[in-house]
Amino acid sequence: MSQEQVEEYLEAIYDIAGIKGKAKTTKIAERLKNAPASVTEVLQRMARQGLVKYEPYHGASLTKKGENIVIRIKRKHRLLEVFLEKVLHIPREHVHDQACKMEHVITDETEQALCKTLGVPTECPHGSPIPPCNIDVKSCNECLSTDTLIQELRKQKLTSITTLKPGQKGKVIFIRGGRNVVQRLCDLGLTNGTSVSLVREAPLKGPIEICVRGCKVVIGRGIADKIFIQIEGV
Amino acid sequence: MQKPDLTIALAGNANVGKSVIFNQLTGLGQIIGNWPGKTVEKAEGLLVHHGKNIKVIDLPGIYSLSTYSQEELVSREYIAIGQPDVVVNVVDATVLERNLFFTLQLIEMQVPLVLAVNLVDIAKKKGFNINYQLLSEILGLPVVPTTATKGFGVHEIVDESLDLVNNKIKQNKLKIKYGSEIEKCIERLESELKQTDFGYPLRWTAIKLLEEDVEIMRIVQEKSPNIVDIAKDLCKEIEKIHKEPCATVISSERYATAARIVSETQTHEPPQKPSKGERLDALTMHGVWGYLVLFTIMLAILGFISFFGGWLTENLQILFEHFNPNMSGFWPELAWNGVMVGFYASLAVALGFILPFYMILGVLEDSGYLPKVAYLMDRPCHTMGLHGKACMPLLVAFGCNVPACAGCRIMETNRDRLIAIVLSTLVPCSARTVVILGLVGAFVGIQWAVALYIFDFMLIFFIGRLLNKILPGTSVGIIMEMPPYRTPSTKVVMKQAWVRFKPFLLTAIPLIILGSVIVEAMRLTNVLPMISDFLSPVTVVWLGLPAFTGFLFIFGILRKEAALVLLTIVAGTSDISSVMSPLQMVVFALVIMIYVPCIATIVAMVKETGWKHALEITVFEIGLAILIGGVAFRLLDPFL
Repeated sequence: MSQEQVEEYLEAIYDIAGIKGKAKTTKIAERLKNAPASVTEVLQRMARQGLVKYEPYHGASLTKKGENIVIRIKRKHRLLEVFLEKVLHIPREHVHDQACKMEHVITDETEQALCKTLGVPTECPHGSPIPPCNIDVKSCNECLSTDTLIQELRKQKLTSITTLKPGQKGKVIFIRGGRNVVQRLCDLGLTNGTSVSLVREAPLKGPIEICVRGCKVVIGRGIADKIFIQIEGV
Repeated sequence: MQKPDLTIALAGNANVGKSVIFNQLTGLGQIIGNWPGKTVEKAEGLLVHHGKNIKVIDLPGIYSLSTYSQEELVSREYIAIGQPDVVVNVVDATVLERNLFFTLQLIEMQVPLVLAVNLVDIAKKKGFNINYQLLSEILGLPVVPTTATKGFGVHEIVDESLDLVNNKIKQNKLKIKYGSEIEKCIERLESELKQTDFGYPLRWTAIKLLEEDVEIMRIVQEKSPNIVDIAKDLCKEIEKIHKEPCATVISSERYATAARIVSETQTHEPPQKPSKGERLDALTMHGVWGYLVLFTIMLAILGFISFFGGWLTENLQILFEHFNPNMSGFWPELAWNGVMVGFYASLAVALGFILPFYMILGVLEDSGYLPKVAYLMDRPCHTMGLHGKACMPLLVAFGCNVPACAGCRIMETNRDRLIAIVLSTLVPCSARTVVILGLVGAFVGIQWAVALYIFDFMLIFFIGRLLNKILPGTSVGIIMEMPPYRTPSTKVVMKQAWVRFKPFLLTAIPLIILGSVIVEAMRLTNVLPMISDFLSPVTVVWLGLPAFTGFLFIFGILRKEAALVLLTIVAGTSDISSVMSPLQMVVFALVIMIYVPCIATIVAMVKETGWKHALEITVFEIGLAILIGGVAFRLLDPFL
């Protein structure tokens, strides 16, 4: 089983069910245009490697390990899309397929160079957020201002606030977004280092309700996706 | 009006009870409600206290003195330039930290300040204990604990304010210290700013420059452009140290100060079990049940009003027709059919439909349900290029489109505001509800009235999508404080309904009576057919309606509920089914529902969007109504 195949499977699960959900085998087979039987086989093998949790008839969901790989791939994919469109002026309709192939072969070094060259883009041409890198920097400026890339992996994992489960807590590390949005969130108490918890989320990628400084605040999904936190406790 | 002896401005976060205090002080009926963004304009009132005339100003609720929204700008300009004698900062005792963040900014503005810690009753229930004495000492301000809804502490606020002004007390307020690198920058800018007077306090101006406040930068730029350049360089230095924008650094430190003050002055023992409000949240904000509850509430309101309104209309008519002298001739008929029928029919509309509607709206508003709807509907709103906050003015629009237009100011961008306003004017307001329920609901069947509503919602949805496609830009997402549920106060709901209902009594009923006199006179003198004939290509040929409806559409621009009342008069009978077929009633109600909102809404639109947009919307909606009415006439024929 090649690395590329593994990554394709993880991506399919992520696209179908997100980080927390379960993807049915038939759906995965449909997406990858494979026979369900061979999909089942691959999923079982991936489960043994600890990349997915697989339950027959229910489908597969991502493990932490699988999630980490998927987020890296998504980041590479969306950075490549930006690169193909902005720098090479390839029409937007074509960038996705190209990026799908290229994402599996570029190194982490290339990924970081892309991010820097493109001026730390936050969204792919289709509007999906680009996940943050996992280098140990406090902000994107630090990475841009230092010439030597810091290769050390970050000790604590950063994740978007939307990946929290209801009741889970996290600490705000940084917020990406327009000046006004960041300031607005700041005024409502979401400053760096503040502890926040997820109260509930609306269905179908609706807004989330969080609790910050003893106050409930509702934040739209698009904005919340760009609030990055470090999960506290379990 | 006498010149006031002093002016007090109420400022603070959204939804902390400023308007409640304002109403308590002035006895006025500023609309209050448990949703953020309801007060969009400052309100003024007068109060006589210990023989002094005091002007009270109610400012829109804001979280910060930056200038990211219209409300913030209104409040800040008033505080800085309007120079009230005292600013009363109303804070919510249950969310002290976030409220003090704003208090600290007011302290930096160097205004004479009184702190009113409101909602202390709720805070106590939630296990918060505040040391007011200590809070007052730390901040260097008079602190008054209040429970505004019950009137506790409200007059002490005025006493403290008078004390401040009469004794010319120089307040020794807290000095908010930032990190040394920021303090250095502030000092540097202060020394530069000293030479010119910008009308704002020195230190505050310096801090605002470091926050890269657009408005202050513009003001300073005019007089000494080099200071702005210096400030920009200083900002960059701070950004280098902290790796985040200077404004965010300053906000973080301000919040740290607020948090420290709270930890010193407040203890909290959280109650053991989740509060009633939280359990209600879990139901009404649930992914499935929440929507069901919303749907049930809407349907129940419609059902109730339809039933009650119909019942009252019928009985009032029976009651009044007892006294009908049944005389014929021009004058007696004009007097009875014009004045009396106009009077009791509009009274039935007022008491049967409009007043109960306002009362229900008041309950929804006061309980804090509106923001929950904003949360539930945020996702669907996105398909229309809006976000959930738009639901709040849209729900208000069910009562009346006029305040809804102004309410759309809670939308952050002009684009979102315009879309929200257009959609608001398509929401069937209480006047249109009168026509839908009183005509279609009563004579054709409630299922057709519901169908009209569903059609209108679909129309709103598609127009929203269309506008989203046409207008450039995309919507910013929702960021909104979620207020907790509160038990609605009967007094507040009643008073609110009265405040909204009074203009209806004073302007609409006389107008409808006048209209019915004109109609009756024209009917008796045979002028009516002439006007009706003029409009008949549209009304008769295209819409398939009786000719006399033409005049109703025109008069409906003044007041839409008038259309129903006048229909009774034009038809000469209250049994409308004898002059109109069910299909005609549905088409009539459909056109009334969609075509340009009443004149008051047009005026509100002009005020909010300017002449051009208001005219465009008006013409568009008339055209749309005629188009849809004609199509419906042809398509619905087999069903009715």
